[in-house]
Amino acid sequence: MATDVAAGAAPAPKQPKIRKEKPDGSRLARWALRYTALIYLGMLLLLPIAAILQHTFEDGVGTMINAITTPDAVAALRLTLLTVVIAVPLNTVFGIACAHIMVRTNMRGKPIINGLIDIPFAVSPIVVGLALILVYGTGGWFGADLAAAGIQVIFSTPGIVMAVIFVSMPFVAREVIPVLQEIGDDQEKAAETLGASGWYTFWRITLPAIRWGVSYGVVLTTARALGEFGAVTVVSGRISGETETLPLYVQKQFETFNSVGAYSASLVLALLALATLLILNLMRRKES
Amino acid sequence: MNKGLVLTYLSLIVLLPLAAIATKAFENGPSGFWTAVSSPQAVAALKLTVIASLIVVVINAVMGTLIAWVMVRDDFPGKSVVNSFIDLPFALPTIVASLTLLTIYGKDSPLGINVAFTQTAVVIALLFVTLPFVVRAVQPLLLSLDRDMESAAESLGAGRWRIFRQIILPNLAPGIFTGIALAFARALGEFGSLVLVSGNVPFKTEVASVFIRGQIESDNLVGASAVSVVLLAVSLALLACVTLIQRKGLRHGN
Repeated sequence: MATDVAAGAAPAPKQPKIRKEKPDGSRLARWALRYTALIYLGMLLLLPIAAILQHTFEDGVGTMINAITTPDAVAALRLTLLTVVIAVPLNTVFGIACAHIMVRTNMRGKPIINGLIDIPFAVSPIVVGLALILVYGTGGWFGADLAAAGIQVIFSTPGIVMAVIFVSMPFVAREVIPVLQEIGDDQEKAAETLGASGWYTFWRITLPAIRWGVSYGVVLTTARALGEFGAVTVVSGRISGETETLPLYVQKQFETFNSVGAYSASLVLALLALATLLILNLMRRKES
Repeated sequence: MNKGLVLTYLSLIVLLPLAAIATKAFENGPSGFWTAVSSPQAVAALKLTVIASLIVVVINAVMGTLIAWVMVRDDFPGKSVVNSFIDLPFALPTIVASLTLLTIYGKDSPLGINVAFTQTAVVIALLFVTLPFVVRAVQPLLLSLDRDMESAAESLGAGRWRIFRQIILPNLAPGIFTGIALAFARALGEFGSLVLVSGNVPFKTEVASVFIRGQIESDNLVGASAVSVVLLAVSLALLACVTLIQRKGLRHGN
């Protein structure tokens, strides 16, 4: 369970029918708890979202649209989508393969793999960026070789993509592992006895059975990839229009006192976050 | 599936970069490492990070459990919407969180609360990003809790507080501990949500990750790596704790 939580994925537990409780002196306590929870959540979650909406539309919708269609904003959005398109499929394939190994094989050293999968959750994004610089940057382990080959990783797109791959790596594996454990391998064994090949069994039996787990993981991976800031900021060099992703663009606009630009780009990112929550919610319903 | 490929991917993405950090941190020997970690600014940053994270997990332990309780045991219109909003901090990009927190708790605060660029702001930002951990770890435990125990205690004359303390709380403890361990690990390394709201003032509101970023910018990679190693060590120890708690939970029957 905890790893689910780490994945930011903890499927909200299914709610059982609330039993009617006899009215007693605890009504007051119940209300107090309820409103304490709601006020806390309101102050921490709802107000900030309301604030973005208000600030974005302060100067009208036209200004907002102008702010997110500047060349730099469009370039930032394009780079962000590029990293998503590369990182998400790679991590999805890796996640499924990794889950398969963890659940269906008796390989030695599984606890070590298990620990390794979680590391991106425990490492500061800044440390991830630093690590990439130390390996691929000028003066890094492969820096000289890469420079000789004419490949620039740090302060360029490959570095940004690597940073995003690192931080969004565990989600699919973490979602699929429990599902694979739960479905068991009876059907896969049956398919095998009937002469199905490994791939055929995977495509026809395993994949359909784990599809919700995979989809969940993909949505979470995408959300993280879209929004990663810390790791990307270290390796990107922050050149507007070139190595700036949308989250970096938000910071740059804010620091250059273009608050409409910052809030407009934030709204785009916030809407994507809300869409993520919505999709997760729908999937949860479908599952149950 | 191909084990070799999976292991190679893991090693390339995770192990190799971390090895590079460990190597760099000790490039000038243990004394070099120690000099970097014990510089006054590094110590101040680490101290703030640890203290703020501790405050945050204590608040999380209380509020997270309370919120989980309300989500499971209470019922009111719109509860399912509130419930799905709890995951917002995991979905919202951290820089957006930072910008919005600055809007709400900065100089133009609609609430009249201006804590921008203070240590309070650091705590608030960390509270935001770590909110879901305890809630989501406690919720399933609360759902699967056998209510008969509570009824039995009640019929034997136990008061509500006593039932909570002696029956509910011990059952939720593994979830609470798992949640706070994960929240603590996250808080230790947090960067994005703090960038705009904390002001990053050395010796005052500069947390460890911001300090590391500063060292990278001023090209002191050994110093940056040394402090990173400290953060990594604590986070990995916490992850190990979580694994142990879960194993223990499994051994105790479910």
